[in-house]
Amino acid sequence: MSGLPRPADPNLLVGYDSSDDAAVYKVSDDVAMIQTVDFFPPVVDDPYTFGQIAATNALSDVYAMGGKPTLAMNLLAFPSCLPLEAVGDILAGGASKVTEAGAVIAGGHSIDDQEPKYGLCVTGLVHPQHILTNSGAKEGDILVLTKALGTGILSTAAKAELLEQEDYDHMVALMTTLNKYAAQAAVPLHPNACTDVTGFGLVGHVKEMAQGCGHTIELWAGKVPIVPAALALARDGIIPAGAYRNMDFAQDDVCQADGIPQEVVDCMYDPQTAGGLLVSLPEAQVPELLRRMEEEGVPAVPVGMVRPRGDKWVHIKP
Amino acid sequence: MNQVDARGYSCPEPVLMTKKALKNGTPLVVLVDNETPLQNVRRFAMNNGYQVTWKEVGEDYELTITK
Repeated sequence: MSGLPRPADPNLLVGYDSSDDAAVYKVSDDVAMIQTVDFFPPVVDDPYTFGQIAATNALSDVYAMGGKPTLAMNLLAFPSCLPLEAVGDILAGGASKVTEAGAVIAGGHSIDDQEPKYGLCVTGLVHPQHILTNSGAKEGDILVLTKALGTGILSTAAKAELLEQEDYDHMVALMTTLNKYAAQAAVPLHPNACTDVTGFGLVGHVKEMAQGCGHTIELWAGKVPIVPAALALARDGIIPAGAYRNMDFAQDDVCQADGIPQEVVDCMYDPQTAGGLLVSLPEAQVPELLRRMEEEGVPAVPVGMVRPRGDKWVHIKP
Repeated sequence: MNQVDARGYSCPEPVLMTKKALKNGTPLVVLVDNETPLQNVRRFAMNNGYQVTWKEVGEDYELTITK
């Protein structure tokens, strides 16, 4: 995107220059519109589950900006040789999550393609003064993560049928849990910053958060929630190429303390599908946030802290 | 010599091929064509009690796994 001209419209409150989760456009003094789009090939074989995962992932960017999803449009690519029933199942899975989000699907577009792909373009609304960006973190803030890591590693293993049923179910549960509930707990507290953990992995998204606010962020590897099966798979070298790309991309900006198990670090770079929210707010508000998260059934965990600017953007500590 | 040519295979196949071939003993030579399987095969072997050396061979990588 860096080669494109900078947009000049002053109503574009959040564009692509800050690597944020979605675009935000001011409609009036009270209303801003959030727009986001995401789609990808199947991460699981079951079409209904795939639809649910893709929708959970696409809706997540609206929650990460502090908004509520209102309207969604389907994006579907599908080979004509596959049964139409599967198309219906994908769309039904997506619709189930859009409904759970309290939004409506207003239409969409489909094309013929060799490999299936599905996702949504989602519109949400937010008050212009309550937009949560990924760049507002303040020194002393605590970072709270709302889902365990490991879905990239787990879905790589699932493709080769290496997962036990229990671990597969755990992976699907993570990827089909809307960030709605985490947002309901966090947004009323007006956190300083928020993002969702997706393709760049935890460290990659924390790096963007650190660069956005100009402070160094310290991550506590020992506190980061990770699916146990993902740790075991990482030890066995079942790690997707995306995790290594994330490591290469972040390595100049990250320093890592000695003695942290390699598999833990690997999982911290694992690209997530429909990952959790990462919420940055003052330490004094953390107990209140965790209480609210618990009420919503969200297993939120403090995983790091915003520090004065150091020599690297991210410090991984034990 | 026990050898696996995992070039052209994407993750997690090279690790699975290595795991299978190790049943026939060491030393095992594994050929891969990019850094992802290089790192993954290394992690698998080292975390399962083997020693690994590797070198670049043209555009590929050759790992040697020993007990």
